[in-house]
Amino acid sequence: MTDDPLLRVRGLWKIFGPKAERWVGSPLSRRELKEQTGCVAAVRDVGFAVRPGEVFVVMGLSGSGKSTLVRCLTRLIEPTAGEIVFDGEDVRRADEKRLRELRRHRLAMVFQHFGLLPHRRVLDNVAFGLEIRGSGKQERYRRAAEVLELVGLAGFENSYPDQLSGGMQQRVGLARALAVDPDLLLFDEPFSALDPLIRREMQNEVIRLHREVGKTMVFITHDLAEALKLGDRVLIMRDGELVQTGTPDEVVGAPADDYVRDFVSDVPRSHVLTLRWVMRDPLPGEPLDGPELGPDEIIRNAVRTVLSADRPVRVVDKDDLLGVVTSAEILEMIAR
Amino acid sequence: MTALTAVAARLPARRYLLGAVLAAWVLGAVLLSGRDTLALGGAELTPLHGRVNEVWDTVDDNRNSNPFFLYFVNYIRLVLDESVTFVQALLSQPSFGRPVPVLGWLGVVAVAGAVTYLFGNLRAALLTVAGFVSFGLLGLWQESMDTLALTLTAVAYSLAVGVPLGIWAGLSDRFLRLVTPVLDFMQTMPTFVYLAPLTLFFLIGPASATIATMIYAIPPAIRITAYGIREVSPVAVEAGTSLGATPRQILRRVRLPLAKRTIVVGVNQTIMAALAMATIAALIDAPGLGKTVLKALQTLDIGSAFNAGLAIVIMAVVLDRATTAAGQRVAGHARRRIEIAALLGAAGVAVYLAYTYVWAAVFPPEADLGPYVRQAADSASVWVQDSLTGFTDALKNAVTYGLLNPLESLLAGSPWWLVALAGVAVAALLGGTRAAAVTVLGMAALVGLGLWQDSMVTLAATLVATALVLALGVVVGVWIGRSDRADAVLRPVLDAGQTMPAFVYLVPILGLFGPTRFTAIIAAVVFAAPVAVKLVAEGIRGVPATTVEAARSAGSSPWQVITKVQLPMARGAVALAANQGLIYVLSMVVVGGLVGAGALGYDVVAGFSQHQLRGKGLAAGLAIVVLGIVLDRVTRAAQARSGSTKEDVWRVER
Ligand SMILES: Nc1ncnc2c1ncn2[C@@H]1O[C@H](COP(=O)(O)OP(=O)(O)OP(=O)(O)O)[C@@H](O)[C@H]1O
Ligand SMILES: [Mg+2]
Repeated sequence: MTDDPLLRVRGLWKIFGPKAERWVGSPLSRRELKEQTGCVAAVRDVGFAVRPGEVFVVMGLSGSGKSTLVRCLTRLIEPTAGEIVFDGEDVRRADEKRLRELRRHRLAMVFQHFGLLPHRRVLDNVAFGLEIRGSGKQERYRRAAEVLELVGLAGFENSYPDQLSGGMQQRVGLARALAVDPDLLLFDEPFSALDPLIRREMQNEVIRLHREVGKTMVFITHDLAEALKLGDRVLIMRDGELVQTGTPDEVVGAPADDYVRDFVSDVPRSHVLTLRWVMRDPLPGEPLDGPELGPDEIIRNAVRTVLSADRPVRVVDKDDLLGVVTSAEILEMIAR
Repeated sequence: MTALTAVAARLPARRYLLGAVLAAWVLGAVLLSGRDTLALGGAELTPLHGRVNEVWDTVDDNRNSNPFFLYFVNYIRLVLDESVTFVQALLSQPSFGRPVPVLGWLGVVAVAGAVTYLFGNLRAALLTVAGFVSFGLLGLWQESMDTLALTLTAVAYSLAVGVPLGIWAGLSDRFLRLVTPVLDFMQTMPTFVYLAPLTLFFLIGPASATIATMIYAIPPAIRITAYGIREVSPVAVEAGTSLGATPRQILRRVRLPLAKRTIVVGVNQTIMAALAMATIAALIDAPGLGKTVLKALQTLDIGSAFNAGLAIVIMAVVLDRATTAAGQRVAGHARRRIEIAALLGAAGVAVYLAYTYVWAAVFPPEADLGPYVRQAADSASVWVQDSLTGFTDALKNAVTYGLLNPLESLLAGSPWWLVALAGVAVAALLGGTRAAAVTVLGMAALVGLGLWQDSMVTLAATLVATALVLALGVVVGVWIGRSDRADAVLRPVLDAGQTMPAFVYLVPILGLFGPTRFTAIIAAVVFAAPVAVKLVAEGIRGVPATTVEAARSAGSSPWQVITKVQLPMARGAVALAANQGLIYVLSMVVVGGLVGAGALGYDVVAGFSQHQLRGKGLAAGLAIVVLGIVLDRVTRAAQARSGSTKEDVWRVER
């Protein structure tokens, strides 16, 4: 991972309503603004950066502005103010044509309600993006078949969307986005319309795909568990505003405010936090020849080693001793 | 009138005033009966009518020299005339130096069957074949094909204009806002009214008939296409945009394919409207079945009218089923090539045979069963008239003496200024100042047009017919709204009633009641009742089940549930039924003129056939429009005032 972000957003605002530009930068809360001007500030001054290869999750309750945010990124919704830089290019400056180019080749989106075309076969749905950008029939069918294989839908090329289950339909949506081989995949709550079992299956599918094709992803969800499971980093939104950005363990271990704390209170911390969060400095005279573990080891996975060791476990990063962990810390964390 | 009293009932303060106005009116009418009624005899003209005649003559004289006609109107006329003639040459008329059309009956039957099968299904195809053969059996092959030719030409032009405009209206909010009032107006305007002005520009004949048909058939094409385009799932559109599709690509690959099914529904509506109008256009000499019916009506030849009416019904059913089947097919998968090839081959053979052999070109006269049908219809009519006289006379007399005559003498038999004053007062009380202003203007226009008394006679008949429509609408509508079984049985009848061209109703009604004012009223009631019934039924069904349940659990009897819960809650729908009923009844005024209604309807019809009455006919058409606008505005304002409807309720049926 380099530090040059693939996507950088700064000071992004989206206000719906008449004369929206006027209210950019307004300190009024969303409700006050609505009452006083009739405008809705869907996104208020949001900024973040997505690194190449990363899964970046945006999480928030219904109405917090997630969909608006992700649509602003490709200007499906025109932002009111702010800066969006994708791979060094200012997206807000792009003209119609350039914007279409970006959408055709570099960014692709997966939708909550799939957005498939019922009159087209699965194969033609997947090939749609390629058709739009003018690829020949042979080439686009070849590529579509390849992607269908990748998402586990080989054999369904000639079915129509309404003949597939919800989960399979979303696989088609995913395949359609993957088919254009974009640099950045955007997901707007892709699995919220699916039932829990299928949802889990699809989450694992995304993890697998991410491993296999290594795409950068911006993933929207209102489900904290999903966010923590998929995200390399998580951005939490409330009422259009950014509340906290961080890795899953940062969000759980060091909530930025009571809102986030409340939010993450139900999360089994040992499933998210790493040893870094419970280690302490060695006490004088403590034996330092116990087993070694990395600081990013999830606590749940370290429990066994720690509890079965008869001396403190050393947390080591590249030969540096960062601290030690004993059963006491583990038990205290779990009990909390 | 029921509508008015129903509204009045909820306005306690104004109720007494209204009562006072009506009482004063009746008193005045009794005292001043027969004075200042502005009567105008059937052949009498006012200076205005004379002037219109002169203008008309001037137009006739300069038709081939005035640039507006020479370079614009005449071209349109030529193109349309030629189009119709061309399709006629294919289907119905001797052509290209041959004594028979290009496609003989066998060819037409084969092509129609094959097309219906390819775009629809086997059942519809068989129905189409049977229907077309029956035109020949009724002895009306050529007339049927003339009607079909006019209908198809008008449909082709209507779709060519309507679908693109519909797409535009589907994409652009601004354009939609612009066309909606125009379409509203086109659809509220009584159908016969624009026939006369059209002939002024495009002469009597196929061109005028085509345009009249288009005016009637384009609005549904535009509306339904626009609706289909708008209805397309925004997610699908967004998905397309997110993949970088241009607006054009979105339209071609997302919106149009997804709207196709709805657009086919629009095509169906357009065809049905075109057929209805193509038969009516017989009044301006359009060829085909309508002319046969018209001639038969004028000579009171029930048998022939029935025979031709039957052919129109069959054509309506065939066209409706065929396009409905095509609509269902749209979503399905394409037919196999070999099937298509075989079918086209067979049709080709039939066309070849029809082109080559007389037996396949001209429907065999030996198979003409028309005379039997005519005879049977005649004797049935005689029998019914004889044996039902007691009943029909009682009904006729009850309505005529109980409702029509009193209302007519109130409106047409008292001084015009009294009626105008009372009318404006009623409008003001019911609908407020704007309704009153419209009424003042309308009354002035009627006087100005020189047709005051005829207008009042027509108004009386219209009000009686509307009251009957509403009564029928409420009774049957409540029944359908409450009972699924009644719905299942009656709805197809209502649907059929709405798809039938208006002419067809006249035949059996004329057979029953003979040519009188009452016959015209019944024809209008039959025409308008299905809409009213459906609207009321929708309203009753729209009442939440829980509300009904609550009333029932409180111990209400069915009658109490209807009168205290369902009807009051459905009053928006009832009001809409009254309004729509009025408009439908008005559009039948001219048809009524054919069967003895007299007044404005007769003036319009006479204007078509008698040279010196053209101006008066035109004025009568305008008077019908004026009546329509005034009644429409007043009923809407009254309803809005009593707060029972939101504006969008009015949009349901339009
Ligand atoms: N076109 C619009 N016009 C006006 N207000 C809008 C529009 N679209 C969204 N909003 C408002 O903006 C706010 C954010 O909406 P958004 O759809 O982005 O939320 P979300 O986080 O995606 O919610 P959900 O989880 O329900 O999808 C909401 O209050 C919504 O009502
Ligand atoms: Mg959303």
